[in-house]
Amino acid sequence: MDSNLQRLSMQVNVDDLLPASEKEKEYMVKMRPSTTAFQDGVRRLRKNKVAMVSFFIIILITLASILVPLFWPYKYESMLGITPGKPVDASYNNLRPFEYSKTEQTRIEAGEKVFPHVFGTDSSGRDYFIRVVYGTRISLAVGFFASIIVLVIGLLVGSVAGYAGGMVDIIIMRIVDVIYSLPDMLMVILLASVLREPLGKALEGTVLEKIGSNIISLFIIFALLYWVSMSRLIRGQILSLREQEYVLAAQASGAKAGWVIRKHLIPNSISVIVISTALQIPNAIFTESYLSFLGLGVNAPMPSLGSLASDALNGLKSYPFRLVIPAIVISLIVLSLNLFGDGLRDAFDPKLNG
Amino acid sequence: MNPKTISYIIKRLILAVFTVWVVFTLTFFIMHAVPGGPFVGEKAISKAAQQALEAKYGLDKPLSTQYFTYLNDVVHLRFGPSLKQRGRMVIDIMADGLKTSAKLGVVAAVLALVVGVVLGAAAALRRNTIPDRIIMVITTAFVSMPSFIMGSLLLVIFAIKLQVLPANGASAGGLILPIITLMLYPMAYITRLTRSSMLDVLGQDYIRTAKAKGVPWGKIIFGHALKNSLIPVITYFGPMMAYIVTGSLVVEQIFAVPGIGRAFVSSIINRDYMMIMGTTIVLATLIVVMNLVSDIMYKVVDPRITLE
Repeated sequence: MDSNLQRLSMQVNVDDLLPASEKEKEYMVKMRPSTTAFQDGVRRLRKNKVAMVSFFIIILITLASILVPLFWPYKYESMLGITPGKPVDASYNNLRPFEYSKTEQTRIEAGEKVFPHVFGTDSSGRDYFIRVVYGTRISLAVGFFASIIVLVIGLLVGSVAGYAGGMVDIIIMRIVDVIYSLPDMLMVILLASVLREPLGKALEGTVLEKIGSNIISLFIIFALLYWVSMSRLIRGQILSLREQEYVLAAQASGAKAGWVIRKHLIPNSISVIVISTALQIPNAIFTESYLSFLGLGVNAPMPSLGSLASDALNGLKSYPFRLVIPAIVISLIVLSLNLFGDGLRDAFDPKLNG
Repeated sequence: MNPKTISYIIKRLILAVFTVWVVFTLTFFIMHAVPGGPFVGEKAISKAAQQALEAKYGLDKPLSTQYFTYLNDVVHLRFGPSLKQRGRMVIDIMADGLKTSAKLGVVAAVLALVVGVVLGAAAALRRNTIPDRIIMVITTAFVSMPSFIMGSLLLVIFAIKLQVLPANGASAGGLILPIITLMLYPMAYITRLTRSSMLDVLGQDYIRTAKAKGVPWGKIIFGHALKNSLIPVITYFGPMMAYIVTGSLVVEQIFAVPGIGRAFVSSIINRDYMMIMGTTIVLATLIVVMNLVSDIMYKVVDPRITLE
């Protein structure tokens, strides 16, 4: 440039227009494939040992709760001491781990193989191991579906409030404020205690009857009360994203609303949504077990971890392990879900990291 | 106090009163939506007897009349008679229970605050040492353990296996285990909160300035670091009280503490509707007031904070 200025004329350097040599081309070769934000997150998550161990534990517990009932020879609701047409065999009740009832002992002496009661049996002679497994399944399922319900309602209300703005937004957000400041647990207990009776009648004869009125009422409670923080989060997310420069730039270059939503709003808020849904699951499990403990949870004979712990209180002096086992399982589930959720947050959303 | 703070307090007060009213209205209509009403229960009673009972408790009047009568009663702290404990008024049962529950809750809250702040500050000052690690592991475990599990496990260990503490909350020293059960979760939470905010504050410029000026170590810690790192703890005060109130429902159940929480749970099991309504309204008001106090304290301590 300098030499051109001195001469007050433009001279084109012919070298600049020659095809690149092999050596020059090497600079342009990608050393490794570029990573997307998602791959970046997965890589960060994998490095987080605590989160990976928690993830492994969750998978293990989930698989066990699904697969074990398939081959376990006992059923969660069958009272082993009761055979139709015979007197009740009370020796099946309250067995300690790996103990056998009298009938089973005679069968063993006769050379038959009897599947052991790994955790013993409860006071009605039901195999306790399969009850714990089944209770885990119920607790996990309740947690998962309750979070999905919360997600759907929160997403709907939050995005409507965020998009519409104005009066709609103000009204929705005032309602959210009030529900948010309600003492949730008290309202949950109140609703659970009232809903179960009319729901039980309404469900009679339908498919839902099998699930039980109490679980349905639990879902209704989640649908009524727990969506508020999710909808707040999503509204805030959409409001702040709408103001971003790149959204403005897209609009300025003629992007339609659909494009902005698909390419900017959804991809940018998905991580926040997934993370808070993941953190909602242990919350829901916690609430379910709390209600079951108070006797407002799942319908008998269906077990959940909370109701197992609650039942165990009656025979606590002689059979403390019946309390300790569900207690350990529930703490393990809540702890690993929380740690995994934290890991997800750290890996996928550095902004949320407070 | 600047006018902004005052207007915030007024706004917050109005929201609190409104919330209590919503709780009242919800409770009233939820309880009255129960099919059959409060007297349909275990025992079948004759039509005439049922009508007499309904007339006695004013349940035969239109719902709107009942609503305003009850609202007026509640404002004057009249919660009516208990439907199951014959001859006792709901307010008397609640007052009896509150005496015990308040003792339990206040001691648990104070212990959680003191122990939590001390442990949190200690962990922050000894960051990444073995004591810090131990504190963090233990508090993580406590935070993920539901109160009823914690309570039952403590009961098994200390009252049944070791037999060092009484299992019955009504006996002498019986409140020790319930208090420990209730305090562990908030204590763990406060420890983690204090630790992280203390670490934050210790990295601030004014701490370095104080060190450079030669301010004694104790004065830096207590005068600057601890004081400022307690601000987030204040915000946790409201949620902590809510946790203690709801936690006491199950904890009083486990240890048979004659408190308001146990009265609430047994009123649900017995379907004592007057009692359920009274306790829900009182406990909800308590939680709302605690949240209000916590928010206002936060605002007064640090006027820079804008809450919406």
